Amino acid sequence: MAEYETVVGLEVHCELSTRTKLFCGCANAFGAEPNTNVCPVCLGLPGSLPVLNEQAVELAMRIGEALHCEIRPSIFHRKNYFYPDMPKDYQISQYDEPINVDGLLELPDGSRVGIVRAHMEEDTGKTTHVGGGGRIHEAGHSLVDYNRAGVPLVEIVSAPDITSAAQARAYVAELRAILVATGASDGRMEEGSLRVDANVSIRRAGSDELGTRCEVKNLNSLRSLGRAIEHEADRQASLVDSGERVTQETRHWDENASRTHSLRSKEEAYDYRYFPEPDLVPLVPDEALRQRASSALGLMPAARRARLQAALGGAEHARALMDQIGTVIELSLDDLVLAASAGGADPKHALNRAANELASQGERARALDPVSFASLLALESSGTLSATQVKAVLPELVEHGGDPAEVARRHGFEQLGTEELESAIDGVISASPTEWERYVSGDARIAGFLAGQVMKATRGRANGKVVAEALAARRAGVSAR
Amino acid sequence: MERISIDEARHVARLARLDLADGELDKLTGELSDLLEHVEAIRRLDTAEVPPTAHPLPLSNVFRPDEVRPSLERAEVLAAAPATEADRFLVPRILGEAP
Amino acid sequence: MSLLDGGVAELAAAVRSRQVSAAEVLEEALARIEEAETELHCFNTVMLEAARAQAEAVDGAIAAGRDPGQLAGVPVALKDNMCTRGTPTTCSSKILQNWVPPYDGTVVRRLAEAGAVAVGKTNLDEFAMGSSTENSAFGPTRNPWDLGRVPGGSSGGSAAAVAAGLVPLSFGSDTGGSIRQPASFCGVVGVKPTYGLVSRYGLVAFASSLDQIGSFGATVADAALALEVAAGHDPLDSTSLDLPAPRLVEALGEGVEGLRVGVVDDFLAEVAPSCSLAAVAAAEALAAAGASCENVSIPEMLLGLPAYYIIAPAEASSNLARYDGVRYGLRVDGPDVETMNARTRAAGFGAEVRRRIMIGTYALSAGYYDAYYGQAQRARTILIRAFDAAYERFDVLVAPSTPSSAFAFGAKTEDPIEMYMSDLCTIPSNLSGHPAVSVPFALDSDGLPVGVQVLAPALGEPVMLRVAAALEAVAPPGVRGPVRPAASSSAVATGGGGGGRAGEGGGEVAGG
Ligand SMILES: [Zn+2]
Repeated sequence: MAEYETVVGLEVHCELSTRTKLFCGCANAFGAEPNTNVCPVCLGLPGSLPVLNEQAVELAMRIGEALHCEIRPSIFHRKNYFYPDMPKDYQISQYDEPINVDGLLELPDGSRVGIVRAHMEEDTGKTTHVGGGGRIHEAGHSLVDYNRAGVPLVEIVSAPDITSAAQARAYVAELRAILVATGASDGRMEEGSLRVDANVSIRRAGSDELGTRCEVKNLNSLRSLGRAIEHEADRQASLVDSGERVTQETRHWDENASRTHSLRSKEEAYDYRYFPEPDLVPLVPDEALRQRASSALGLMPAARRARLQAALGGAEHARALMDQIGTVIELSLDDLVLAASAGGADPKHALNRAANELASQGERARALDPVSFASLLALESSGTLSATQVKAVLPELVEHGGDPAEVARRHGFEQLGTEELESAIDGVISASPTEWERYVSGDARIAGFLAGQVMKATRGRANGKVVAEALAARRAGVSAR
Repeated sequence: MERISIDEARHVARLARLDLADGELDKLTGELSDLLEHVEAIRRLDTAEVPPTAHPLPLSNVFRPDEVRPSLERAEVLAAAPATEADRFLVPRILGEAP
Repeated sequence: MSLLDGGVAELAAAVRSRQVSAAEVLEEALARIEEAETELHCFNTVMLEAARAQAEAVDGAIAAGRDPGQLAGVPVALKDNMCTRGTPTTCSSKILQNWVPPYDGTVVRRLAEAGAVAVGKTNLDEFAMGSSTENSAFGPTRNPWDLGRVPGGSSGGSAAAVAAGLVPLSFGSDTGGSIRQPASFCGVVGVKPTYGLVSRYGLVAFASSLDQIGSFGATVADAALALEVAAGHDPLDSTSLDLPAPRLVEALGEGVEGLRVGVVDDFLAEVAPSCSLAAVAAAEALAAAGASCENVSIPEMLLGLPAYYIIAPAEASSNLARYDGVRYGLRVDGPDVETMNARTRAAGFGAEVRRRIMIGTYALSAGYYDAYYGQAQRARTILIRAFDAAYERFDVLVAPSTPSSAFAFGAKTEDPIEMYMSDLCTIPSNLSGHPAVSVPFALDSDGLPVGVQVLAPALGEPVMLRVAAALEAVAPPGVRGPVRPAASSSAVATGGGGGGRAGEGGGEVAGG
């Protein structure tokens, strides 16, 4: 069997987080009652006309900016084809003069994927197939809800620079983080806010030639994206190995069956009859628009990663922490980590707590006050609070805020005074004189037993490390005497 | 001079979703060819240095603020439909996925 | 003389000063419609209930001391491709026969806000495609000057309704001459404004980059006042010009002294002698009134017709795709959605609409776009440049409105291209987006009215209408309506009239 290389280009449709649709004032909202967010414009009623949503333009420009695209004057075209989910039987989309072209996306591993274009267009309605188990080909009839018709989309088309399923996943994950960071999208794949199609082909390793590609649809998660690409590349490889040819077609990923299958589209080549949309005027990104788009742009994930890496002592040190870094960036907890570090916390310690305990709190963790986060970490590293106690205190701090010491006290995690600790040690020594003697005479194995007794006496309020230190200090005193 | 073939006309009718009887298709094929002959002057124009005019107005950047406006009453929307079910528009079965 | 036969401004003033009520005016218009409709078939729908409610509201406002506006109590007729909430809007097509829009178009709303009373929806060539109203699915409108002849089209119903004195004002749409050509055939004034001056929101699209709503009146002053009310920026139409509505009426009487007038030579040889003579006579009249007149050749004008018959069908093929039997309008069932679409569209569209959809689809299809649509758009540029050059030398241009006076029913229905030629002189202004007006200026040997066009550069309405008013002032007597419906003097009188009559109640679609 020959060695093949996988070549993937991705088309990502991103629904923009605007309040209203692209060309009308209907609410852009997921999950509303069917056909309630519709008006003459998005229903394509005779006589209605589109007017472009300014916020959608700004979000599209932010995406262009974040993907290092050239942002250009653009026009809208009509893409003509009949389909019942499309109210006008044409889609208003950007064709040969899109707003964003020639961009670049750098992945966390340093590899780069070219962005061919990122253009604006309107979404279609949603079709439900009735009968035949909801599958289009077996259905008796179909039902259409136009709430989604006219929702603003940006379609981001990558160059065929992606060479593995893992890289494809990393690309979409990074793109999603960027889209969320720009404020353009909520990034929810499961709600269809982000929809991915993959153009997959294979070629002999080392060759520059592109093979015939298949477009794989219905990729609803990063997991299905990765699996679908692997399966599709394997399918194409076995075809070529057995002397057959790959046919250019659209294939549907079936997650349950773990395979792609042809959509059996009729042998009618689509002829979209594109022409400039006469109901809209050209979109010319002027200085004011550019200014607004770029000033609204937050730090992108790559820059934020770099910041964290620097705080952690450089890329070399951070390499082992890439997963944790990825998590805090995805959840936008990196500002918290940096603030806590600036407030005196150990950056690694802060990262660890953020990537684990805080991350498990989900999006609301972002609300945590960095000062209380820093002081909580200080209480832990000084031994005042144990790791278990810190984990118990964090959710409450996230939920209600407040002073960590105070919250800890309310949890009964009072600060264990030196005096109390010493008297607890006294109690343990008198209760277990034999064990104490063994410890003093150098039997290190008994230390755990003694520390456990102290912990028990303090009902877990003592910090293990502090107890061990106190025991060692006491032994030193005895030996010196 | 180009004449349209009946197969071409049939393809165009298919694109335009017009279920035309053979007789009409035949007639339209001739009429279309006649019209193309009539607009031949346009095809022959030397336009190498001439940009297209898509629109008579030199406007750009016409926007709408991102503010929600009332949508239509669903009852009114569905009342106009030839067929509905479960508050949706009902269509006969769809033969292929959207392109 | 009835107030209905005087000026629109005077009528509105009489209503505002309570000399007459809006309700009384409306009833008189309705009575005239009732009487004439059987012969003329100007209307697809007469809006009895809605009109009476509006007249009552106008009278109520006046009684309460509020001013209902410039068109207080003026009955107006609307072309049946302008969306009216609660009243059917059919485009004279079977595919929209029972469609009732859930919204008012911007012009419809503005008219109501100015106190006008919309009395009905007028007949047209289906989806505004045609030059005779013979393409209406509900039967043609007859020309009140001669019932054996067409009123022109596509806004034939609106033109005939004003010509017959049924309403003092009406509105139409003009994509390639659909206001000016019927205005000329019916002896009334018809204005196509600058593209973008009047909102298209609520106008059912034919060819979006060419369509404009405009007005019909018995006089230039009436049509100008109607346009003042309808014009102005609309945020619902991206192609609407963001300018204050122009003042058109106040300058009408300022004369033409010192104006530079160009007479477009290139059409003169292409049209009937009655039409070219009218244009030449108009130029002479303007010269006599103090303008400087000169013939000018703009051969690019003749590119208009072929360019138009690519661009308009192309845009139409896309605009009319939405009539697919899914969301509104006619559905003819089929086993699958594609068959349902195709059967619905074949059954719902008439022959001319099907023909243009075919042309337009072909012109946009792969492999032909550059040769046809792309080239036509470049031809459009060439035409606009020629206009621009002419307007460096002239303030306005004068040209015939039509190649002939009103023709008999059936005279051109067998030859589409012959019918298309009707728009020869009007199309260039649509392609350039410039304003143009047709004013009745002569009678031909059959006693039929012949119009003359005044063309102006973008936003040149004030000077254009001034020139039109000057022509109107010296036009021979008897060239304009209102006229009582006249029996045919023409030999051919087939297919005319009788297709429909005024609805008995609001919302009924007649004919069909
Ligand atoms: Zn809407």
